[in-house]
Amino acid sequence: MAKDEHKIIGEVTTTDYKYGFVSDIETDSISMGLNEDVVRLISQKKNEPEWLLKFRLKAYRKWLSMTEPNWAHLKIPEINFQDIIYYAAPKKKKELQSMDEVDPELVDTFNKLGISLEEQKVLSGVAVDAVIDSVSVKTTFSDTLAEKGIIFMSFSEAVQQHPELVKKYLGSVVPIGDNYFAALNSAVFSDGSFCYIPKGVRSPVELSTYFRINAANTGQFERTLIIADEGAYVSYLEGCTAPQRDENQLHAAIVEIIAHKDGEVKYSTVQNWYPGNKEGKGGIFNFVTKRGLCEGDRSKISWTQVETGSAITWKYPSCILKGDNSVGEFYSVAVTNNYQQADTGSKMIHLGKNTRSTIISKGISAGKSHNSYRGLVKVNAKADNARNFSQCDSLLLSDTCGAHTFPYIETSNPTAIVEHEATTSKISDAQLFYCQQRGISPEKSIALIVNGYAKEVLNKLPMEFAVEAQKLLSISLENSVG
Amino acid sequence: MLKIKDLHVSVQGKEIINGLNLEVNKGEVHAIMGPNGTGKSTLASVIAGNESYEVTQGEISYNGKNLLELSIEDRAREGIFLGFQYPVEIPGVSMTNFMRTALDEIREYRGQEPLSAAAFLKYMKEKKALVEMNAKLNNRSVNEGFSGGEKKKNEIFQMAMLEPKLAILDETDSGLDIDALRIVANGVTKLKSPENATIVITHYQRLLDYIVPDFVHVMYDGKIVKTGDKSLALKLEEKGYDWIKEELKAK
Repeated sequence: MAKDEHKIIGEVTTTDYKYGFVSDIETDSISMGLNEDVVRLISQKKNEPEWLLKFRLKAYRKWLSMTEPNWAHLKIPEINFQDIIYYAAPKKKKELQSMDEVDPELVDTFNKLGISLEEQKVLSGVAVDAVIDSVSVKTTFSDTLAEKGIIFMSFSEAVQQHPELVKKYLGSVVPIGDNYFAALNSAVFSDGSFCYIPKGVRSPVELSTYFRINAANTGQFERTLIIADEGAYVSYLEGCTAPQRDENQLHAAIVEIIAHKDGEVKYSTVQNWYPGNKEGKGGIFNFVTKRGLCEGDRSKISWTQVETGSAITWKYPSCILKGDNSVGEFYSVAVTNNYQQADTGSKMIHLGKNTRSTIISKGISAGKSHNSYRGLVKVNAKADNARNFSQCDSLLLSDTCGAHTFPYIETSNPTAIVEHEATTSKISDAQLFYCQQRGISPEKSIALIVNGYAKEVLNKLPMEFAVEAQKLLSISLENSVG
Repeated sequence: MLKIKDLHVSVQGKEIINGLNLEVNKGEVHAIMGPNGTGKSTLASVIAGNESYEVTQGEISYNGKNLLELSIEDRAREGIFLGFQYPVEIPGVSMTNFMRTALDEIREYRGQEPLSAAAFLKYMKEKKALVEMNAKLNNRSVNEGFSGGEKKKNEIFQMAMLEPKLAILDETDSGLDIDALRIVANGVTKLKSPENATIVITHYQRLLDYIVPDFVHVMYDGKIVKTGDKSLALKLEEKGYDWIKEELKAK
């Protein structure tokens, strides 16, 4: 590329993280480190039933016997699990009746993020279950949802109010010993969201959760459980930004989705955890297990993700297509810049007949980052007429970044049709010159070209989210032309 | 408006333009003709600021400013437009989005408020009519899947949108059938005003039947070797370039 372009990509990729700030909220945390007593203490603090404590302890013991996975195309610094605080909750002063009673600091934090709860409530019709650190602070729209029989609350509340549902589904898609980080999460998860859509109900609003790591040295172990009963539909949004930190922070969440017969869940994520500074110092380790089970016939689970943040991302939202004619989708844009590393993709496990899956993955790499797509398409012997289409594109913005594709295909059924397409391209000098000749600055030119490249995926996001995601792509790649 | 003095340009150490002089005033139409590989497109690219070319000597002033010190985008914002010979495709970027971004940036540079969405769309509709563009243009990605003729029409459409002071059309007529040629040429003619100037780079006289030039320059071996009026173009069409080469040898 031309030298100016190098300079600009250099500038764009070295921008400081725009959402780096720490909010000053009183936090109640337990001391560092992890042992069986800590697991018991978390369970006790949350006033959990005996079965859940047993679940945690079983997971903890399993975790002790496991080792960190090392198969991903990632360089992960050693993590000292005794150096992490496993529970931190903002101190509750009293029960909150309205927005006026919410901690002004907290409201301020949301405002800085451009996420005003009030605005969300009034303007966008989105019910927000806002999670700061580990305890759910505010749930809105619950009345509207309750009328339809929709349960949408913090995970802790669900444990108290709907223990039978939690007990039935928790760990049913991601077993406690599924992987190292899943086992850890199952032992120490703090809070998260719970959502149940009853038979035949379509959620009238898009359910939305904002996660945010806040207290220093607090690992974030979110647990999300979404169930769409027969014929139910819900669109669920998860978006997050985190304050700037020097030390690495571990984030090991689990999301489990179950879709029953004719049920549909659309899960959208915009992930913007602190990626570390331009020298690669700090940043979040995002080791997430997300999996959906298409339990019933004709059920559908769709994952859409825009990943721009985190120092290291290790994440493979997957679908188990158990019901006949069930559908799994995965649409992803992953941006890495500076020294960020991402190993992300999807798994589509075809078990039922006539199951269909689609994977569209768009990787964008800049700076000295590494961006890998890793995917598995597996067709079981009984999955007659299964179909998969995968498309993995990589866009390179510098000569110093790396893009990798690791597609795995395993079919045990001769009727399966599995297609895989992959491309790698660079933003061309000619494209940039063309844009600039029309008066568009190099930064905006890149944003334009990158957003065009990612459009197929961005179009899958709900409207408001798509706008946010577009801005995020531009911000993430500021000073990155080169 | 545009003054080029003793311009020398190299690409990867090879000199493409050596000692070119040209002056263009507002209200004028200049045609630059000449055999292949004599530096016509290079000249257009250098004026627009393409960094693949190195200016080793000479100067270019534009409305009193040193053009060579301006970035590509600032040249565009100052009113220089290049109609590309080979317009690139930008997948996923709609023409509406592309033009809106460009116009906003140019207006901001000029201290003007951005147009409202409604005003912009109305403006775009007017300009589309000028080049008889398909109504579906708005949502199509920039040049993606466009036919050769559509790409060229799209260049003139963009020119109409951005209202440049100096438009350089680099072989806009090549590859056009006679109808497309007429549309493109009419568009250019309609956009002509006493305040702006146009440089038309072409191989063929036929475009100049529609866009009547005030000056015709012949470029050969990296410089302008002959300048005349429209009749020069007719003579070139009839006799080719050999007689000019002969003339040069004789000197």
